[in-house]
Amino acid sequence: MAFRPSPRAERILNRLVKPAVWIGGLWPLALVVVAVVTGTISANPLEDVTDRTGKAVIILLMVTLAVSPVRRLSGWNGVIAARRPLGLFAFFYACLHFLIYLFDHTFSWGLIVEDVVEHPYVTAGFAALLILAALAVTSTKGWIRRLGKGWQKLHRLVYLAAGLGVIHFLWAVKKDLREPLVYAAVFAVLMAFRLPLLQKKRKKTEIRARPPVERDAPAV
Amino acid sequence: MLIRKPDDIPSSEITDEKVYLSRRQWLAAAGAVALSGVPALAACQDGDDDAQPDKPNTWEQITTYNNFYEFGTDKEEPARLAPRSLRTRPWTVVMDGLCRKPARYNFDDLIRPHRIQDRTYRLRCVEAWSMVVPWNGIPLRDVLRRAEPLPSARFVEFTTLLDPNQMPGQRRAVLDWPYLEGLRMDEAMHPLALLATGIYGKPLPAQNGAPLRLVVPWKYGFKSIKSIVRIRFTDRQPRNTWNVSAPGEYGFYANVNPRVDHPRWSQANERRIGELFRRRATLPFNGYADQVASMYAGMDLRRNY
Repeated sequence: MAFRPSPRAERILNRLVKPAVWIGGLWPLALVVVAVVTGTISANPLEDVTDRTGKAVIILLMVTLAVSPVRRLSGWNGVIAARRPLGLFAFFYACLHFLIYLFDHTFSWGLIVEDVVEHPYVTAGFAALLILAALAVTSTKGWIRRLGKGWQKLHRLVYLAAGLGVIHFLWAVKKDLREPLVYAAVFAVLMAFRLPLLQKKRKKTEIRARPPVERDAPAV
Repeated sequence: MLIRKPDDIPSSEITDEKVYLSRRQWLAAAGAVALSGVPALAACQDGDDDAQPDKPNTWEQITTYNNFYEFGTDKEEPARLAPRSLRTRPWTVVMDGLCRKPARYNFDDLIRPHRIQDRTYRLRCVEAWSMVVPWNGIPLRDVLRRAEPLPSARFVEFTTLLDPNQMPGQRRAVLDWPYLEGLRMDEAMHPLALLATGIYGKPLPAQNGAPLRLVVPWKYGFKSIKSIVRIRFTDRQPRNTWNVSAPGEYGFYANVNPRVDHPRWSQANERRIGELFRRRATLPFNGYADQVASMYAGMDLRRNY
């Protein structure tokens, strides 16, 4: 199934990765800004922006989770450079999503705490946000070095965060489950790629003598 | 309970000359109703002046933000799709069931004998947002009386059009089509219950439930069934679509109640469309408690949600 790019193609692709990620990452924000400025945002702007930023998080998480499978299937190693910025963009939109939610609830902390504690879909979303925050903070080369093998284990929590995001969406929707179920299906497929790998990886990390640097970070 | 006269309303609250004029008509109608012994319709003002006047929402807001799953589940889909495919004439309304004069009515024949009134009501969606809508319509009870319901008729059931060609959302079974709703007889006969035919003096847009819809302002919006084709008198509590779709989440009575939460979200407050910087505390019976609470005296409103 692999379609290896030629060395020349790989060089070109490697240069395109970062700009592509930045354009793709900023695209949802640009769409929101344009919608607000042109007045095409809905009559309930806070709800609309909450929905759009939430969708951006889940899409970006799925794309992030697709990086390793793409690398494995294509043999194009350079794609791994997309993973960290994609993950950080997902976290960025998660923060925006959360901020709009706080604003929508007029920063009434009592009500918000009650919402997080009493309403499972909010609990799931908040838990996902906390995980993404931990992953964002530890995404730097310094932390990769500091945590060593532990970094791998910690960053596998992205699976939990993505799963919680899907559940959050499923539980938040009033009735039409079609869209969240699509993301659930995508998530299931992306997670299926992780199953055989987990066994292969144990051998890989035993052989490895030095701590992983980002470019060589094992496919997760 | 205060009803503000037109010259008390600051100009910032006047959205449209038409609205201003229609408020005077509304006050005249309310005055006439008050004379007949029925409590005046506190549509625009509650007892408390200090807080939050109920400014009517704009035409744009009312006609572009809609829950009408017959045309898709996104809020903007009904405005985009309904006007294209919904044919509002000819339109037939059947009134039948436990009544002395069942009949099929052409829409114009149904409406013509009645004087169209202006009623500005709050509409509170179960999703915890609300609007203030200047409806035009006729009291439901005046229409129901034409059929002469029998004493055995304890409920009224309403049905929306079923036609996937006109209503593309009905091609998916996201809800059990056709949309059904119902009221207890006393609720249906209540002066507040309105059969709406217009907004802001214009005919109802397709996305708002043209040509004829119910407005029951003290209940969650899903009770205010749209594009009605049948009104049936029955002795058994009718099925209502949202209750069928999620019985633990949506009841039959669906009276607006800040103390009874939806299983997944709170009903204690609401987003008034157009207001960005505050949420409003939800009022029992959507602020119409004075007029309607007595119908539910002794009922456990937590069980009968």
